[in-house]
Amino acid sequence: MALASTKAIALFGLGGTLIDVEADISSNLPNFILVGLPDASLSESTDRVRSACSNSGLPMPGRRITVNLSPASVPKRGSSFDLAIAVAVLAAAGQVSNVESWLHVGELALDGTIKRVNGVLPSLLAAKQLGWNRFIVPLENLAEASSVQGVEIKGFDHLTQVAAFHGSQVEPRVSTFSQASISKPNRKQLCYSDVLGQQEAIDALVVAATGGHHMLMVGSPGAGKTMLAERLPSILPELTLEQAIETAAVESLSGLSGAISTTPPFRAPHHNASASALIGGGLAIPRPGLISLAHNGVLFLDEAPEFQQPALESLRQPLESGEVFISRAAGVARFPARFQLLMAANPCPCGFAWDSTKECRCTAQAKVRYLQKLSGPLIDRVDISLRINPVPKALQNVRGEPSSLLAERVMAGRENGRRRLQNTPWNLNGQIPGSYLRRHLRPSEKSVAQLDAALERGLISMRGYDRCLRIAYTLADLDQVAAPSATHVARAIYLRGAHLG
Amino acid sequence: MTTPTRRHILGIYGERLAAEYLISLGYEILERNWRCRIGEIDLIARDRDRWVFVEVKTRNGAGYGSGFEAITEEKIARLRRLVGEWCRLRQLAGIQVRIDAIAVMVDHGKVKLEHLKQVF
Repeated sequence: MALASTKAIALFGLGGTLIDVEADISSNLPNFILVGLPDASLSESTDRVRSACSNSGLPMPGRRITVNLSPASVPKRGSSFDLAIAVAVLAAAGQVSNVESWLHVGELALDGTIKRVNGVLPSLLAAKQLGWNRFIVPLENLAEASSVQGVEIKGFDHLTQVAAFHGSQVEPRVSTFSQASISKPNRKQLCYSDVLGQQEAIDALVVAATGGHHMLMVGSPGAGKTMLAERLPSILPELTLEQAIETAAVESLSGLSGAISTTPPFRAPHHNASASALIGGGLAIPRPGLISLAHNGVLFLDEAPEFQQPALESLRQPLESGEVFISRAAGVARFPARFQLLMAANPCPCGFAWDSTKECRCTAQAKVRYLQKLSGPLIDRVDISLRINPVPKALQNVRGEPSSLLAERVMAGRENGRRRLQNTPWNLNGQIPGSYLRRHLRPSEKSVAQLDAALERGLISMRGYDRCLRIAYTLADLDQVAAPSATHVARAIYLRGAHLG
Repeated sequence: MTTPTRRHILGIYGERLAAEYLISLGYEILERNWRCRIGEIDLIARDRDRWVFVEVKTRNGAGYGSGFEAITEEKIARLRRLVGEWCRLRQLAGIQVRIDAIAVMVDHGKVKLEHLKQVF
């Protein structure tokens, strides 16, 4: 047979297009032509495929080979098409058969080894959505691929194995490259019992974890802000399988492990991160940013006022919608970005404005300008603002509660909140929009009396009012009651952090 | 100078084999190793109303792939110029021409011949 085809997939963002890889062998002088809008790295595929085939004992026919990637209008990139191209050519040459029903993903080395590629998990998810269910992937990617349920997946690490699987007589070989060890060290489990004397901050973090509230911590250097933040994932509930796959798909796309983990991700970019690094970017093809890598987890901005202004402002829209759209010449990609924002800041450039033992030398103007870098619209989306004080000597041997106990409280609180939000699109109190809150979830007049008074006197804005209500509901959830009492509302006003100015 | 000579003999052998093959197909051989200032055409034959210009490549052993792989784009381009030159010298116009390639593979006493028509 001089004509054959198999399947591959072109990813764009987390979505994809099924690609027909057609190979034709015509009687003409030997040549290898690849058409169908390949980019530079894909055009080089012809040389890899030729060497991989001949070094695997599967010589290419000495004729003109034309490979078409169809639909030709979809831009294709990267090395993950190598395997599909090689299989299509071998099928056209009659060396293998019945390859039409398989989708191939993998890069070839010159000796025929199939190498791991990025984005296998999102590729399979996208292809499954398009109705495809038989896949051949690099052996190294098999672990992440296997989390896709209800499809047939084979993993191979040498071209000869794939050829033999498709009915070739070639002797299957094992890759000569050493396998990277798959086992990963368990992430060091951090615990709040390591934190000394910050009970108030830990309580606030429990509230933030329960309600999914965004949070800002302001305090002197060395007060323990970073330590507190790093331990937040230890009290967050484990991800569901669905969430874990979503997060792993983004990781796989950006070349990180792509292994399925039920631990919520924790991303802490350095403050020189650009807007593109945070929300995603890339020249022609969009890549996910840190907010998407923190999907279903925590994005921690340490020293938040030191971030570039455009980087901070770029967070506003994804914070609202839980997803981000990146537009490039080739099209628009959507990445999920439902993360919990945690920020830490010093009160002033030198950091000692609130420290009684050290002298602050910042001018009043510098102090104002410093915290103003966290703009109004951004701060508006942060429910909890907390002042972190240096630990006084008397509290220096008081340990925090262990994370395992706190995590149970968070779980119980969330369960309570979920019952209330059963018939709504939201799962967490932090996600409820103000309009719904005021119309359907108004607590009794008595409990919000204090809040109404503050609103009337102009101490808090309408948006601030909503934030207090959201926190009050989370506090009620933690106490396992249906509606917040006056005490919950009062605590909510405190956590909202009006005193920070 | 043993190697060039041996290669030369191999080439002559291959071209003779190719000519015999074309005759067996009913072609009429017009020229062998026709030369001019631009280069050389290995075989010029006539297949009924078509003039056929043939490039022959002979290989000893398959170590470096088929002989066809040695026929590059430049070689074909030169062959096209040579065809024009030959027609001009013979004052032939409006004839139908074709460029073919023949690969002869000699491997442990066994000979394999492949013929590609119309290679442009």
